[in-house]
Amino acid sequence: MYLTNAEERILSGQNGEVMERMFRLLVRLGEIYGADKMIPVSSAQVAGVSYKSIGDPGIEFLEDYAGKDAKVTIVTFLNPSGMDIEDWQKLNFPPGFAEKQLRIMNAFKKMGIVVSATCTPYLAGNLPRFREHIAWSESSAISFSNSIIGARTNREGGPSALAAALTGVTPNYGLHLDENRKPQMVVEVSANLEDSADFGAVGYVVGKQVKNRIPYFKGIKDADTDQLKALGAAMAASGAVALYHIEGMTPEAHLMETKGLETLTVSDKNVEETFSKLSTGKEADIVILGCPHSSLREIMTVARKLEGKKLNKPLWVCTSRMVKEAANRMGFTQAIEAAGGKVVADTCMVVSPIEDMGYKTTAVNSGKAANYLPGFCKQSVIFGRLDNILAQVTE
Amino acid sequence: MEVFKGRAISPGKVEGESLVSKEPIGFYGGVDAKTGIFIEKGHELEGKSVKGKILVFPCGKGSTVGSYVIYGLAKNDQAPLAIVNKETETIVATGVILAGIPCIDGIPVEKISTGDHLVVDASAGTVSVTKKNQ
Repeated sequence: MYLTNAEERILSGQNGEVMERMFRLLVRLGEIYGADKMIPVSSAQVAGVSYKSIGDPGIEFLEDYAGKDAKVTIVTFLNPSGMDIEDWQKLNFPPGFAEKQLRIMNAFKKMGIVVSATCTPYLAGNLPRFREHIAWSESSAISFSNSIIGARTNREGGPSALAAALTGVTPNYGLHLDENRKPQMVVEVSANLEDSADFGAVGYVVGKQVKNRIPYFKGIKDADTDQLKALGAAMAASGAVALYHIEGMTPEAHLMETKGLETLTVSDKNVEETFSKLSTGKEADIVILGCPHSSLREIMTVARKLEGKKLNKPLWVCTSRMVKEAANRMGFTQAIEAAGGKVVADTCMVVSPIEDMGYKTTAVNSGKAANYLPGFCKQSVIFGRLDNILAQVTE
Repeated sequence: MEVFKGRAISPGKVEGESLVSKEPIGFYGGVDAKTGIFIEKGHELEGKSVKGKILVFPCGKGSTVGSYVIYGLAKNDQAPLAIVNKETETIVATGVILAGIPCIDGIPVEKISTGDHLVVDASAGTVSVTKKNQ
């Protein structure tokens, strides 16, 4: 791998121990994956934030590096935390958990990272452009930025994204290169897709089949960005899809050749089967929406559907602090609260300790959440369309 | 003495006694960062400490939080002297680099037994093995 003189100096420790190790990490990853050189990146998204995910070893690492004055050099946003940073007491998060989580947030903040605590940085103020090189972790945000925006990132882990944030570079391999962005499989969608949950179900089916390859969708007639976020998130969770193309919709699709590729078909029957396969629970203890974090449009939709209704079970609508602020201003938060629900910021059902808060069965409209909740949170799941799951918990 | 040539993952030169696992190691849930002891039920090294040993195993497995556990071992002064792998995947590579633990991969680990005396020169990419019964 070619390194500039300045980069060689970092590796020999001239810029301090933190920079040396972080840069060495990028060099080794680059060598493992066959990178020719480093390229500058202009934005990072760091995952591995919830105390539930990183535990005490994670805190120690982050506090050490923050204490050695590690500072990010590019705009860097942060993944969701394990709790609502402001309202955790009201939401009954365990105080012991909260104390650890707040230490984690402080360490990130000390490094200059925007403690955005969201998996949808592109809805909260970190929006890359077409063909911009970035280093993001958070599989759903990677999928959205590569596929819908046409920015370029590999599937970074928490430490490698942090290393890119501190050094401002990433090894040049994988999805940073044109030749690696070509589709490897065609997905013909005959299913009629309306609700975001339909897109999540399709994503779940496709991710299982294509694994870490790049699918090219045909037959998707229309989709808004909320539905595309649901599709990509599910594919990145059931598989490891970092990039997909949709005919007539995503920015690189028209550049791609699909002749001779294997074809997978997804029908209405596949979608219905996925809802029933992933629905392992009978009666919901709680409904949690917002995986990935809700957009303002999604919160507005929920607020309108709940008008004049009363919920008989808890409802969380998860989102970023930034979007919640707009929802407050528009009265959507108050409308959801009037029905008995909550708009919860900074966290979600997957990374919060819901299994320790008395919940056993969670209803979701997200294919990604349906995929992770049984393992990460020991939950039985009800996976369905928004109207169906709200109907189960309203009087 | 036999010398194997591999690839440097994280630099440094140390010598010591080997602790060998034929199975992959998942550090998160596998090794306690505070005590350095293997806690994974049924693992061939269960109950053994990695502290001060040259830990030899084919490759890493499991959660990416394993990188932070390796870091925690070093911070708590319970770390292995070095790590020798057949193939170092990204979890172990990330951990040893963050922690500054010497590490080499590309070594035929099946030729090393627990108790062998090793000289690991990660900067040069070599592992010299003296069998314990020689």
